[in-house]
Amino acid sequence: MRDIYEHSAGEDLIIKTSVRLLVPFIQLFGLYVIVHGHYSPGGGFQGGVILGAAFILLALAYDMKTSQEYMTIRVNALFTNLGAAIFIGVGAVSAIFGGLFLDYAALNKLIPLGPIEWHSFGIFLVEVGVGFTVMSIMVLLYWNLSSSGTLDEGL
Amino acid sequence: MIWQLDLMILTLVVVCALVTINIKDLLGASVVFGIYSFLMCLLWAEMGAVDVAFTEATVGAGVSTIFFISAILRTTRRSKD
Repeated sequence: MRDIYEHSAGEDLIIKTSVRLLVPFIQLFGLYVIVHGHYSPGGGFQGGVILGAAFILLALAYDMKTSQEYMTIRVNALFTNLGAAIFIGVGAVSAIFGGLFLDYAALNKLIPLGPIEWHSFGIFLVEVGVGFTVMSIMVLLYWNLSSSGTLDEGL
Repeated sequence: MIWQLDLMILTLVVVCALVTINIKDLLGASVVFGIYSFLMCLLWAEMGAVDVAFTEATVGAGVSTIFFISAILRTTRRSKD
C-alpha cells in the first residue's frame, strides 16, 4: 500500500479517472468550435479557451508535472509564437499579393481556389492562429498563477 | 424574449453582484462571481447574443474562476477586520 502522504490533498481516483476520460472529448469539442467558427457560435478565441481549459483540468486533477508531460514549456512557447505568426503571416501574405492587410481574396493569386473560397478559408486560417495563441496563453497563465512564477510545483 | 424569465435572471444577477462585493471570504466571493458570470451567460443567450454567451461561459464562468481560486490559494487567511 502506498503512503498516503505521497499524494497531495484532493487527489482522488474518481476525479483522476473521470478527468482522464473527459479530456479527449473536451479537446475534440474545442477543435469543433474552432473549425466551425464561421458557421456557428464560437471561433478561435472560444475554442482556444476550451482547449486550454482541458490542459488546466489535467493540471488540476493530477499535478503540474503531468500537464507539462503533455505540453512542455518549450512547446507552449512555440505554440504561442506560432499562432501569432500564422495570424500575421496570413495578413502579410495577402498584403504582399496585391490586397490590403487580411484581404483574403488576394490570396487567390497564390493558390487559385476562387475568391469566395478564399474568404472562407482565410478566416479559418486566422481562427486557427488565434486558437493556438489563446490555448497556450491560458495554460501559461494558469501555470504562472498556481506556482507563483516558478513553473515547477503547482497546486 | 420572455420578460418574466428576463426579470428573474436580472434580479439574480443583481443579487449575485451585491453578494460578491459584500462577502468577506475571498473564496466565497470568487465562487459567487462564477455564478454571476453564468447568469450573465444565460442573459446573453436569452437576448439572442449566442456568441457573447459562449465567450462568457468559457472565459467568465470557466477559466477566470480557476484563475481567481489559484491566486487566492497563494494568499494567507489572516485579516485585520
